[in-house]
Amino acid sequence: MTTEELKQVMTDLLPSSTFDETGEFLNVIIPSEELLPVMKTLRNREDLFFDYLFCLTCVDWKDHLMMVYFLNSRTHNHTIVIKAKITDTINPQIESLFSIWPTAELNEDEVFDLFGVKFLNHPNLRRLFLEEDWVGYPLRKNYEDEHMIEL
Amino acid sequence: MLFEPDHYNEEGEFVVNMGPQHPSTHGVLRLKVWLDGETIKKVEPHLGYIHRSIEKMTESLSYRQFIYVTSRMDYLSAHINNQVCALVVEKALQVEVPARAQAIRVILAELTRISSHLLWFASIGLDLGGVTPFFYAFREREAINSLMDENCGARLTQNFMVPGGIMKDVLPNFQQRVKEVLKQFKDNYHEYDEILTGNVIFQNRLKGVGILTKEDAIAFGCTGPTARASGLNCDIRKLYPYDGYEKLQFDEITSTGGDCWARYEVRMAEMKQSVKIIEQLIDNIPEGEIVGNTKKVIKLPKGEFYQRVETARGELGVYIVSDGGTTPYRCKYRSPNFANLSAIPHIARGHKIGDLISIMATIDLIIPDIDR
Amino acid sequence: MDVKDKMEFPGQVHETPDGGFILSKLDDIINWARSNSLWPLAFGTSCCAIEMMQTVNAKYDWSRFGFEVMRATPRQADLIIVSGTITMKMAPVLKRLYDQMPDPKYVIAMGACTISGGPFFYNTYSVVKGIDHIIPVDVFIPGCPPRPEALLHSMITLQEKIKHETYFKKETK
Repeated sequence: MTTEELKQVMTDLLPSSTFDETGEFLNVIIPSEELLPVMKTLRNREDLFFDYLFCLTCVDWKDHLMMVYFLNSRTHNHTIVIKAKITDTINPQIESLFSIWPTAELNEDEVFDLFGVKFLNHPNLRRLFLEEDWVGYPLRKNYEDEHMIEL
Repeated sequence: MLFEPDHYNEEGEFVVNMGPQHPSTHGVLRLKVWLDGETIKKVEPHLGYIHRSIEKMTESLSYRQFIYVTSRMDYLSAHINNQVCALVVEKALQVEVPARAQAIRVILAELTRISSHLLWFASIGLDLGGVTPFFYAFREREAINSLMDENCGARLTQNFMVPGGIMKDVLPNFQQRVKEVLKQFKDNYHEYDEILTGNVIFQNRLKGVGILTKEDAIAFGCTGPTARASGLNCDIRKLYPYDGYEKLQFDEITSTGGDCWARYEVRMAEMKQSVKIIEQLIDNIPEGEIVGNTKKVIKLPKGEFYQRVETARGELGVYIVSDGGTTPYRCKYRSPNFANLSAIPHIARGHKIGDLISIMATIDLIIPDIDR
Repeated sequence: MDVKDKMEFPGQVHETPDGGFILSKLDDIINWARSNSLWPLAFGTSCCAIEMMQTVNAKYDWSRFGFEVMRATPRQADLIIVSGTITMKMAPVLKRLYDQMPDPKYVIAMGACTISGGPFFYNTYSVVKGIDHIIPVDVFIPGCPPRPEALLHSMITLQEKIKHETYFKKETK
């Protein structure tokens, strides 16, 4: 599918989605509550069939957090970037995608560890890299650490 | 080490920790394994023993500096890691890389791939109980390292890339030296087959063990030789060519077995393909500039950039969010090992604990690349 | 110093018809034996471990200096070469490995990361800035990663250090 077709599909799927085409791929920004049904459709519909989640991360924009999902279809070879905006930075929550793509499990653990985003219905949400008693989420922009020496 | 206080849980399963200090994990990976007798019930990876906060560091490093840190991620593919960073900056700035720099980049990248696979060959021998492959493989690795040392100034972490090209020109005897290294490799390659490939004990430890289906490989996001052994065409050099790979003739090695033996065969064959790539380039290195036109202080335009390359272990992606400044706002490395690791709990289930060693050895994990 | 001089037996050998005897100091004999049979622990966290493996191999071959066998368990090792970055999460493990080694034990800090955090000094939240915060270090080697020659040099330096240890010398006031 071309970018235009994907754009049409996404508009039909979720009228509230907004687009950003400055980058290499089509970026679709959706509200975080709509994530799971949209992703299920993207994964299961025959003509879309995004079976490969190749990058999952988060960006801290200070006033909101943005979950970024890079999806690719191995059969149709088209790529789309889904961004889910989380406005609550104090207690951010989003649905886990483990039920759709098993690779999300460790990636979501990583995002929880470094950004503090809680994934609902995640099978085993834990601190992946840091100790269990670590205070704060290091990749947040407001993270402070007395041991960190800034240049 | 690090035993749990209650070794047996309610279901009578024995919980044992492999690592972080374990000779076969090649670093500081810790796998928590639930065993019923000798059969693996569940594996849970515990990471972070070499989490060096590279992504946080990158947010305060300039676009010329952040390249060097990536050599320490997947240190066996250090050159290719640097390449992805250089490529993402070039893509954002739309700088054209001179043909000479591209050719030298690809030659060195393929040499890196050979040396990485050689180290894998050495360690798979060690893990499964043979010491001699270790010495055989390091003989050729040493030759490649010396070549890197002469031309890049470092044996292991080359840091030879700059945005727009390469740091300096190669020595006048570069072509001759590369040919020597390749000749040594080709002359000795049959020894590898003789010592491991034909070994019946070795084959029995790999054949039919740790089967990863094609669907699972996609679902877990596996890439590289691990996924290609399951029949997935995922070579970034073919799918999304960079640095002139589209002009080169080489085969994407795939196998349909999906077991440890298929992964072994794919890697062994990939080394030959790398030799083929270098042979096409080595006599045709174009003359000319080595660095494209870039400013001293690089500022990326506002936006998001994603670039991927094929390292020795799979698809390495770098995702940079720029706010228009001299440092990245956010930098994420999509590392091949992280995705490949997530498949281990799935494919190890039901096997004997000894087979876990074969599975880890053939998936070829580099722990600093997982933790970053 | 020439390597050949180091390998000489520290004492005098007197030949007699019934088999001969040696005249030496007990300290010298112990140090001579100990310094030439250091067994390192196979401990590697990152890049430096690869250079350590290169040093084991035929071209550099540290067996020449008596570092013959790499042990996988700390209980059989008497030298730990900390090759690679130590993070906050790894630090308790390193301490535990060190505590498990039998005395006398020695530590070589290989690479810039183990000296000060090296490339990961600034703006990192999880790196231990020098392993001497955790365990005592005998020899530091700079480099990122150090060359195999540097590792060999550090091992010879460690042997030199061991040769000056005293166990039976009486304290004189």
